[in-house]
Amino acid sequence: MNTTAIDTAPPAPSDYYSLTEAPPRNGTLLGFWIYLMSDCFIFASLFACYAVLGTEYAGGPTGAEVLDLPGLAVNTALLLVSSVVFGFAMLEMQRLKKGAMLGWLAIAGLLAAVFVSLEIREFLIMIAEGAGPGRSAFLSSFFTLVATHGLHVTLGILWLIVLMVQTVKFGLNEDNVRRMRCLSMFWHFLDLVWVGVFSYVYLVGVVR
Amino acid sequence: MNQPSPSHAVPHDGRDPMHEHQGSLRGYLTGFVLAAILTVIPFWLVMGNVIANKQLLILAILALAVVQIFVHIVYFLHLDTRSESGWNMMAFIFTAVLVIIVLGASIWVMYAENANMMPMSSQYEQNAISHQPTTRHPTR
Repeated sequence: MNTTAIDTAPPAPSDYYSLTEAPPRNGTLLGFWIYLMSDCFIFASLFACYAVLGTEYAGGPTGAEVLDLPGLAVNTALLLVSSVVFGFAMLEMQRLKKGAMLGWLAIAGLLAAVFVSLEIREFLIMIAEGAGPGRSAFLSSFFTLVATHGLHVTLGILWLIVLMVQTVKFGLNEDNVRRMRCLSMFWHFLDLVWVGVFSYVYLVGVVR
Repeated sequence: MNQPSPSHAVPHDGRDPMHEHQGSLRGYLTGFVLAAILTVIPFWLVMGNVIANKQLLILAILALAVVQIFVHIVYFLHLDTRSESGWNMMAFIFTAVLVIIVLGASIWVMYAENANMMPMSSQYEQNAISHQPTTRHPTR
């Protein structure tokens, strides 16, 4: 490129942009937030299904018979601690301490992995007892909602591993910081959805 | 509203994303303690058979869940009116309204339908037991 003849100064503020309303400074974070809001709708419709179908046992087992509350308490604790640990990783990222951040991320990922494996184990036990998703409308809606959440957590773990590799390879550059902020929102959001799951699906499901 | 400034014209405005609505250790720990308390209470209510009235128990569980969801939003997701010039909050309010409509209306409509259809469905079942399925559709 011929840089001597072309004016290389940054374009002066013109009438074509940033006149009245400035765009958000980081559109990705807002866009990801809107994705999470749309994900809310997926979960809201599945919650609505469970609310409508949750008492249709079709002569099969009821919530009080198949739902495992001690196991649920362990899972809830795992996900909550994982969420807070991810917050610690974000704090280390703000201090640009890569090693500590990766350490907290590994713990958060490990806790989530234990959560998913316990959930799969619970599903397998239920299916072995004859309380699989095909047994009744209650169990269909239960499995659909809880497994959709579990699938989100699984994909979150996958994303976490990829991002850890990226950070090890390329450091805490602008791209990885932005990705971390998105994953952090995703992680906390899944914990938020779990609040609805353990309260409404499990606890209310056992009571009613 | 905003003065045109060079930072708006440059797509990558430095390290700004890192200094926006960030959390603090105190914030995360406060959120964790509050969330833990709000989790333990409903478990205790259900597993300890504290409230005998089922309706009241379900209401208590749901109320605690709503409070806990707000704790998560404030302390973990750091949602406030300033983040992203308020657009996060706008999207959230929009979603919350639609979610309430979807959930509330689905439950309301289906329960009302269920209540209205109840006598008919039991009659229908009796017919289905006493007659062959072909009698349900005499026109076919």
